[in-house]
Amino acid sequence: MADSDQGGAFVEFDRVQKSYDGENLVVKDLNLSLPKGEFLTMLGPSGSGKTTCLMMLAGFETATNGDIRLDGQPINNIPPHKRGIGMVFQNYALFPHMTVAENLSFPLEVRKMGKSEREAKVKHVLELVQMGEFGGRRPSQLSGGQQQRIALARALVFEAELVLMDEPLGALDKQLRETMQFEIKRIADDLGITVVYVTHDQTEALTMSDRVAVFEDGRIQQLAPPDELYESPQNSFVAQFIGENNTLEGTVKEIKNGIALVQLDGGGLIDCKPVNVTKAGERTRVSIRPERVEFDKTRLHADAHTLKAEVLEFIYMGDIFRTRLRVAGQDDFIIKSRNAPDQVRLEPGSEIEIGWLAEDCRALDA
Amino acid sequence: MTFTRTLLATSALVAVGGTAFADGHMASDMTLVSWGGAYQNSQQKAYVEPYIAMNEGVTAVWDESSAEAVAKLRAMNEAGNITWDLVDVVAADAIRLCDEGLAMEINPDEDLADAPDGTKASVDFGDLIVSDCFIPQIVYSTTMGYRTDLVGDTAPTSVCAVFDTEAYPGKRSLEKRPINNMEWALICDGVAKDDVYSVLETAEGQERALAKLDTIKDDVIWWSAGADTPQLLADGEVVMGSTYNGRFFSLIEEQKQPVAMLWDAQVFDLDGWIIPAGLPADRLARVKDFVKFATDTQRLADQSKYISYGPARLSSAPLVGKHADLGIDMAPHMPTDPANATNTFLYNYEFWADYRDDIDAKFQAWLAK
Amino acid sequence: MTSVPDTDAAGRVLSADGTPLKQSLNRALRRQKLRALALIAPLLIFVLVSFVAPILDMLFRSVENQLISDNLPQTVVILEDWDPNSGELPSEAVFEAFAGDLQIAISKKVHTRIGSRLNYEKPGISSLFRKAGRQVKKWDIPNDGPYKEKFADLNKGFADIEVWRTIKTYSGAYTNGYFLNSIDMQKGADGAEARPENEQIYITLFIRTLIMSLAITSLCILLGYPVAWILANLPSRTANLLMILVLLPFWTSLLVRTSAWKVMLQDQGVVNEVLVWIGLVADDSRLALINNQTGTIIAMTHILLPFMILPLYSVMQTISPTYLRAAKSLGATDWTAFWRVYFPQSIPGIGAGSILVFILSIGYYITPELVGGTKGVFISNRIAFHILSSLNWGLAAALGTILLVVVMALYWAYDKIVGIDNVKLG
Repeated sequence: MADSDQGGAFVEFDRVQKSYDGENLVVKDLNLSLPKGEFLTMLGPSGSGKTTCLMMLAGFETATNGDIRLDGQPINNIPPHKRGIGMVFQNYALFPHMTVAENLSFPLEVRKMGKSEREAKVKHVLELVQMGEFGGRRPSQLSGGQQQRIALARALVFEAELVLMDEPLGALDKQLRETMQFEIKRIADDLGITVVYVTHDQTEALTMSDRVAVFEDGRIQQLAPPDELYESPQNSFVAQFIGENNTLEGTVKEIKNGIALVQLDGGGLIDCKPVNVTKAGERTRVSIRPERVEFDKTRLHADAHTLKAEVLEFIYMGDIFRTRLRVAGQDDFIIKSRNAPDQVRLEPGSEIEIGWLAEDCRALDA
Repeated sequence: MTFTRTLLATSALVAVGGTAFADGHMASDMTLVSWGGAYQNSQQKAYVEPYIAMNEGVTAVWDESSAEAVAKLRAMNEAGNITWDLVDVVAADAIRLCDEGLAMEINPDEDLADAPDGTKASVDFGDLIVSDCFIPQIVYSTTMGYRTDLVGDTAPTSVCAVFDTEAYPGKRSLEKRPINNMEWALICDGVAKDDVYSVLETAEGQERALAKLDTIKDDVIWWSAGADTPQLLADGEVVMGSTYNGRFFSLIEEQKQPVAMLWDAQVFDLDGWIIPAGLPADRLARVKDFVKFATDTQRLADQSKYISYGPARLSSAPLVGKHADLGIDMAPHMPTDPANATNTFLYNYEFWADYRDDIDAKFQAWLAK
Repeated sequence: MTSVPDTDAAGRVLSADGTPLKQSLNRALRRQKLRALALIAPLLIFVLVSFVAPILDMLFRSVENQLISDNLPQTVVILEDWDPNSGELPSEAVFEAFAGDLQIAISKKVHTRIGSRLNYEKPGISSLFRKAGRQVKKWDIPNDGPYKEKFADLNKGFADIEVWRTIKTYSGAYTNGYFLNSIDMQKGADGAEARPENEQIYITLFIRTLIMSLAITSLCILLGYPVAWILANLPSRTANLLMILVLLPFWTSLLVRTSAWKVMLQDQGVVNEVLVWIGLVADDSRLALINNQTGTIIAMTHILLPFMILPLYSVMQTISPTYLRAAKSLGATDWTAFWRVYFPQSIPGIGAGSILVFILSIGYYITPELVGGTKGVFISNRIAFHILSSLNWGLAAALGTILLVVVMALYWAYDKIVGIDNVKLG
């Protein structure tokens, strides 16, 4: 990293734009740099531009404007097969007419590697993904999870330093997906490779990544480590997109001592942390995580503002309770509480008062 | 069992009905088979339209299947379902159909009309009744034509010009079958006209004819459809070629192409009707009625208004008039016109019926070499 | 509640009502099978009637020869004792039996058919029988013999040993004569022998048909592959539009197409004119593109190309473009990615297209007849000739049977080499 004069950047997007039709930008002014060894996830709804970015990096799309640099070298004009980037595709793209071993051997063959060396590497990488027995099978004889492992192995076998993954777990069932998340993370850490991972599944993004870039409308809305992303969303899109979230709309009444007092449209005053608001009179959308809402008054500051709420529904979900409330005229306010021995089960129809720590309630852009 | 009995009863009823109808009742639909194109059109105009005008309610449907008539009739016969009532075929096919028992034998004096002067049909048609099943209709000939602008100063006068590639260089088109070509080859190789078939009967004679054809093999485009030679001549692809005289007439007189035709060594052939064997009584009665009308002296003469083929009746010849559209006097364009018929050949049916398959095998083997 | 089913004395498992379980299962299945059979019955009957029956009929005709033994029954029996190599005519007994048989045949009007049948083997017999018919029916049999002289007087053909040898050779109810004929052989005095060289044609035609069909198939692959590839990679709207162009040859009548080929390919045609005009070809050495094998190959490739493109197209459509991307991301050049990854996956389409094109071209006869001249005609042209013109259906059936066997042998070889499960129509 020291040899790079890009401040440690291994992969760098520099004011990259992409348009297919010459009228609309799919990717708008993208700036992103990641150091060697980082696991970065591009997260966003479909059409947000994340896959386009990945394809530009892989070389299957060309940037309309701006530079993409790999290890300091601009790669805009380098064809995909010379970039030496490993890639795992959404549906694995294992060659159906080749056996698993032939699939893995393919990138080595095109690099004119000797037979014995190839066999050794194939064997090694098969063991890495715990598929040592399966070299002679055809892809169609493997389960989805096994195919996934082989696809991963194939992207790794030629020792690429950068591996791109385009929603690689999208076709697997939930349990297998979770196993594979850890597996991929483990291998990536063991090998010290740099990974750019595209997904629309936020859990996946939070579990695996060093940093997550949240895409929307062709821009990165927030680039941050998972915990920061979850706990300190920079705007209401990120807050909405990551995790479950309650939103209430209102107007800033005053900002004092780093706390914003917000007058809700549905009635009631609350304390918030001003994130995207600077002065009184601004419209805002406040966001509170359901697990940070308190209804036990003893656990709140004595002078904290509270809101009246009516319990509409109580759902028992095993490890947690999920309660739906009517708050400030909205009846989609959710609170989550841990299923602990002393936990109160709220009765539908009962009236309660709720509140929160000011730092858990973020006043974001309207 | 019940089913079979019902079926038998029904067919018996039909059979009885059939004989009952036979007294005078005629079917009102006819399916006529011909060659399509201008020739079928001439039959429609000269025979069918006047007949329908006289017999209200009768309809005639054409099937353009004459080229495959022999095979189709055999197939229909094997299937036991004859859908044709009257079939136009060349004489050679008529002989084959008659031999195979697929065509009905006819009695010319009973089934065909007398000439206006009372001459019996058998005399009026004469030798042209080449098979017991054959009702002659027209005489046509296969002959040679050439491009007037591609043959130099001396236009060919003899059929042997086709073998003279020095005087007349360029491609020529001949029919892809031995008939006619073998005869011409022998004549041009010096065999007397009367000896042609006795020579051709022997293996040596067949070799000799093929050897003569071999001298021009590389210059020949072989045709299998009558329209080929006129097209090839019109496109300048060949300098000369053989086809039916009617095709030359339309090429020269109607399309005004720079083409002239030879009548020398023209080979006469016959075209006519056969009635399929095994027609039900009512359909047979209808078709016999039609044939009697369609082959009478006037009708045969009328056909030559539309196409330049000669009527098969002697008594029709004086009645040949002018072309219906062009207004040309048709008599000089008839192959049978005395001026044209100075050196002619009559296709030897008996000979070709015997030797066609054998010589054809040798001819095709020679072609493939 | 026990989980073990009841069994009877013999140890068979019983169902709830006491019948053996196997029996009730069979009963249940039989009903299903019957219903399935009833559903496919119309198709089955159709296939039997329109496909299997004609093929069986063809196989039968290629050996069937009952006409002679059925209609000359006495003659055939007595003729068995005659030795054709003795150099003498058959005995008077044969002639008398022949006169009797012939009279019956004449009354049934089949004597000319016998003549036609024997004429395939020896020219001249057709008119012999036809002419004899007019006289023999007037004879008073058996009173006005001897018949040997009577027949000889009637026509010298009846005094020809070869005629009698032919009758004897073809007196069996079944014959291999048609098959021998199909491979340029004949039944001679001492069994099967090669035909004279100037009559050998079928082997040449079989080989030519196979070679040219292979050439047409290869050409269709070469031309069809890029077209199918382009179609498969275009947006479906455009692809459908272009597909119409591919199918256009099907919509034009054969005559229009033939005329078009002639206009294009003949000596004074468009192609030659252009070549002469740009100076590639001298005016006096124009290319012969029609009325020869070239003409047949060009015309047939044009007609059959859609049969290659369609299966290729539908197979290629199923090959995801991701495979090519994957190959490239793994370091393969465009060509390697195509050749190692895309092409092998399109082989089932090539297989299906090739089988279609090859089998269709082997059976084509109209186009070769029109543009093939003398060197560009196929075996099917001879089959058509014997069906339509010479009416020698026995020979046509034998040729067709051989063609069928050849095709099945090639199919078998294809299965062995490439594997028939490696064929896909989409």
